Amino acid sequence: MSSADPRTHGADAPFDPSAEAARATAAILHDTLHGEARGVVVDSPPGAGKSTLVVNAARELAAAGRPLMVVAQTNAQVDDLVLRLAEKEPDLPVGRLHSSDADPYDKALDDLEHVRKSTKASDLAGLDVVISTAAKWAHVSGVEPWRHAIVDEAYQMRSDALLAVAGLFERALFVGDPGQLDPFAIVGSEQWAGLSYDPSASAVSTLLAHNPSLPQHRLPVSWRLPASAAPLVSDAFYPYTRFRSGTGHGDRSLSFGVPSDGGGPDRVLDEAAASGWGLLELPARHTPRTDPEAVRAVAAVVRRLLDRGGATVSERSPDPVPLTADRIAVGTAHRDQAAAVRAALAELAVSGVTVDTANRLQGREYDVTVVLHPLSGRPDATAFHLETGRLCVLASRHRHACIVVARAGIADLLDDHPSTEPVQLGVTVKFPDGWEANHAVLSHLSEHRVPWQP
Amino acid sequence: MSLIHTLARLEAVESGRAQPLAMVRHRHLAARPLVFVPLTTAGEAGAPLGALVGSDRERPRLLVVPQPRDRDLRFAFLADLAEEVLPYVDSFAEDTEPAEQSKTDPETGKRVKVEVELCADAPQLIVPSRAGVDFVRLLGRSMRFRRTAEQDPDTPYPAPARVPLLGRWLTHFAERARVPGSTLIAAMTELLARHWATGQSSLEDQHLGALLAWIDPPGGDAGAEAARRAETARDAGGQLLCPPAGPATDPAFDNKLLAPAIERYDRARTALAAADDGPSADHRLAELTAAEREIGALVESRTRPTWDAVWHGLDLLNDLPEGERAAERWTRDRWSYTGHRDRVLAGEPPQPRRDDAVTAANKLAARETAQARLEAQEALDDPLVMAARRLSGEAFAGEVTEVVMAYSESKRPSPRPLVTLRTDDGPHLAERAKVYRSLAGKPQSAQFVGYDEEGGVVLRIMDKMGRGKEPDEGSVPEKGDQVTWTLFEHAPRGGPSLPEPEDTPWTHGGPPGTGAEAPDPVTSEDTL
Repeated sequence: MSSADPRTHGADAPFDPSAEAARATAAILHDTLHGEARGVVVDSPPGAGKSTLVVNAARELAAAGRPLMVVAQTNAQVDDLVLRLAEKEPDLPVGRLHSSDADPYDKALDDLEHVRKSTKASDLAGLDVVISTAAKWAHVSGVEPWRHAIVDEAYQMRSDALLAVAGLFERALFVGDPGQLDPFAIVGSEQWAGLSYDPSASAVSTLLAHNPSLPQHRLPVSWRLPASAAPLVSDAFYPYTRFRSGTGHGDRSLSFGVPSDGGGPDRVLDEAAASGWGLLELPARHTPRTDPEAVRAVAAVVRRLLDRGGATVSERSPDPVPLTADRIAVGTAHRDQAAAVRAALAELAVSGVTVDTANRLQGREYDVTVVLHPLSGRPDATAFHLETGRLCVLASRHRHACIVVARAGIADLLDDHPSTEPVQLGVTVKFPDGWEANHAVLSHLSEHRVPWQP
Repeated sequence: MSLIHTLARLEAVESGRAQPLAMVRHRHLAARPLVFVPLTTAGEAGAPLGALVGSDRERPRLLVVPQPRDRDLRFAFLADLAEEVLPYVDSFAEDTEPAEQSKTDPETGKRVKVEVELCADAPQLIVPSRAGVDFVRLLGRSMRFRRTAEQDPDTPYPAPARVPLLGRWLTHFAERARVPGSTLIAAMTELLARHWATGQSSLEDQHLGALLAWIDPPGGDAGAEAARRAETARDAGGQLLCPPAGPATDPAFDNKLLAPAIERYDRARTALAAADDGPSADHRLAELTAAEREIGALVESRTRPTWDAVWHGLDLLNDLPEGERAAERWTRDRWSYTGHRDRVLAGEPPQPRRDDAVTAANKLAARETAQARLEAQEALDDPLVMAARRLSGEAFAGEVTEVVMAYSESKRPSPRPLVTLRTDDGPHLAERAKVYRSLAGKPQSAQFVGYDEEGGVVLRIMDKMGRGKEPDEGSVPEKGDQVTWTLFEHAPRGGPSLPEPEDTPWTHGGPPGTGAEAPDPVTSEDTL
C-alpha cells in the first residue's frame, strides 16, 4: 500500500503517474478483451481519464470485431463520447441512437461523416459502435443482443435502469466514479433497502451483489486535480482506494496581473492562488437558502477573479494562459441558489461563467471553482446536505484552485447533527459518511481561511 | 417545505388557527369509507388489542382481544375483523363498467386494446395516522400466509376461514398506500396536514387530536393552547383526556387500567378452568364475562374519541370541493382494486414476502410517475399550490402582450406563433426550455425563445394548433389573456417496460425461483 499512499509521496521510489495509469489501463483492457468474466468494473476517481478509457476500450473492442453498445447517462455525455471517438478514429462507423424529441443531439455530430444518427436501433444494426443514453436503450427491444457493452457513469445509473437494458448485451465493462452523487428516487424506497436488487441503488452495487467475483479495477491517477487537491480529496472521499495527482506541486500555478485591493475576495483569491484552496468565511448566521450576503460574496469573488487578470500555467502549455469566464464554475447545492448566483453575477455584468448544482457539475472540469458551501447558514444538517458525493463533486472540479464561501459555524453545526439515518440490514455501509468527509474538508479549509465582513 | 407553506405556518402561529394550504380537496373521499381505529399491545409486535371498525359513524363495531397473547383469541379477533372488512371490500366487486386496457398480444407481441371490467367504485379504508397504515401492513403480513384447515388439513394451528384472505386485502391496501396520491387507504393526519398548515412542527402534526385542535379548536380557543391540551391534559386518574390515535396506547393507560384488567381476566379464566361443579362454574363464567366486558369498555374508551376525531376530520375535508383531477387518481385506485379482485378470483397465491427485481423496479417506476403526476395535477387544480410552484421558479403567470405569427421551416410550414408574456414571476428558464399550459384540460407545449427588451418572456407555441396552416380557433393565446405556464410536464410519462420476471438478466441475479411461498413456520413464540 505504501507506494500508492499519496502521503508518503517522495519518501519512496519515484512515482511515475503515466506508467501507473498505463499499467492500470492495460490490465482493464486485458480483462475486457480476453477475460472470462461477464463484467469488468472500473472505479475512477475525479479526472482520472475515464472518458479516455471508454474511448480506448471502444476502439479496441471494435478492432477486435465485437459489436459494441455504449450506455451513458445523459445526452451530453453521449454526444461528448461520440465526438471523442470520432476525433480519435474518424473512420470508425458509429451509430448515435437518439430520442424523437426536438434537438435530440449535438448539431456538431452532423459534420461527422461516419456517424449515423437514428431514433431506431434497427437502422444502426451492423455498425461497430452504437451509443445512446440508458433511457433510450431501455426502449430498444426485438434486436439481436450485442456481444459487448460499455456502461459509462455506472455509479450514477440506478439499478432499475440497468435492469431495463441488461438484456441487450452479453458482457459489459462498467466504468464510473464511486465518490460522486448516488442516484436517487423521488419516492421512498425503504421497502427494498437491503435487497441485492434494490431498484433505487446504484447499478454497480446490484451488479456486484449478484456477481461478487467480477474483476474490479481502479484508475490510480487524477490528471485533473492539482497536487494541492488530490491528497485531500483522496483522503476525505476515497480513504480505501487512494489515488494521486498526475502533476507535481510545481507543475501548475495561478497568478494575477492586478495586485490585491486588500478586500476579502482579493485576499481569498491570493490564498487560493498560492495554496489551491481558499475559504471565504462570513460571520455566523442562520439564513434562508439563498443567503443574499453569501450569494453576493460568491459573485464578488468571481468578478474579482476576472478583473484581476488571472493567468494559469500548467503542463498543457509552457506559456501562461489567461483565465477566462468559461474556465470558471460556481457550484451550489440547490437550484434556487444557482439561480440567485446567476442573478447576482448578471448584476455585476459577469457572463459566461457556469453556475450549476453539484448534480449537474458531475463529470465537468474547470480551472477555478467557487463553491457555496452546502451547509452555509443552515440551522440543521440533513442527509441531503451531508451527502458525501455532493461535497466530493463540488471539491473536485478544478485544475488549479477551489474557493469555498461559507458562513462560520459549520463545524459546530456538524457536531450538533451527527448522522441519524436508520441503519438498514443488508445495506453496505458507505465509507466515509458525509459527516466525516465534511469535517475532513472543513479542517483542511480552515488552514486557508479568510474571515470577511462584507 | 415551500415558501407558501412556511408563510402559512407563520400565519397559523400568529393567528392561532391552522391556515389553508389548498383551495380544493386534493384527495378523493369515498361516499361510504370504512373507518378502522386499531390498538396494539405494548411490547408485542403485531398483537392487536382491539379496534373500532365500520362505515356507519354512529354504530362502530367494537372488537377486543381480552388477552392479546392468546393466539386463539387473536384469531377470533381477526376472524371478526374479516367479517367486518371483507363484506365491505366485496360490496364493490359486483358493480362494474366496461373499460379498455392495452395488453401485449401473446401471439403477435403487439400492444392491443382489450375490453375489461372496471369496478365502478372502490373501497376506501381510513385510519387515524401513518402508524395505522403500518399496522394494517403488519396485520396483512401476519395473516396472508396463514393456512386454513380447508387449505391444509395438517396445519397445526389452522386459521379461521377468511383470515388469510383478509391478510391479502390488507396487504394490498398497505402496498397501495405507498403510491403517491392514492386513497384506497388514507391516514387522517396526512389528509388533514395536506390541506391545512398548523403552527406546530410536522412531527407534532402526527397527533390527530393536536392537529384537529389547530384546524377546528373547540370553543374557539387558540390553536396552540388547544393542541397542548389535546397532547397533555389528563384527568384526575392520570389518564389522557385525548388518547393517542394509536395503534400504540399511552403507558399510563397500559399500567394503571389495562394491565390490572387483563390480570383480572386471566384470574377469572384460570378460576373457570378449575371450576369443578356447575353452580360455581356459572358464577365464575359470569366473573369472566364481566372481566371481558371491562376490557371491552376500556378499549372503547380509548378508541371512541379517535373514531369521532376521524369522522370530524372527514367532515372538515368534505367541506372542501374536490379537485378536478382527484377523480382521475381515484380511477387508478379503482383499477388497483379491480386488479386485486381479479387476482383473488383467479386463485393466485398471496403476495410474496419480498418483491422480485422486476416487480420492485416496476413499482418504483410507477410510484415515481405517480409522484410527478400528483405534483403536476395538484398545481393545475389549485391556484394556491400553483403559487408555490411559481415562487420556486417552476411556473409563471402573466398577461400576453404580443402575439406574432411565425411558421416552422419545413416543406409544409406549420404555425409556430411567438407569444410574449409580461410576468412578475422569476421562472428558472434554461435555454430553449420546454414549458406547458393547460388548454381545455390538455397540455400545450411551447419553447422558451428569450427575453425581449422589457424583460417579457418570449415563447414559441409548438403544438395543439390543429393540422391547418392557420392555428385552430382558441389554440393560441391572444393579447390581453392571462396565461399560466409551467416548466413541469402535466402528464408525466411512465418509464420503459421492463423484462418479464422470468427474463431477469444476470446482472440482477437471473430469474427468481417459482412457485407459491410456503406459509410461515411455527415458532415457539407462536405458542406462548
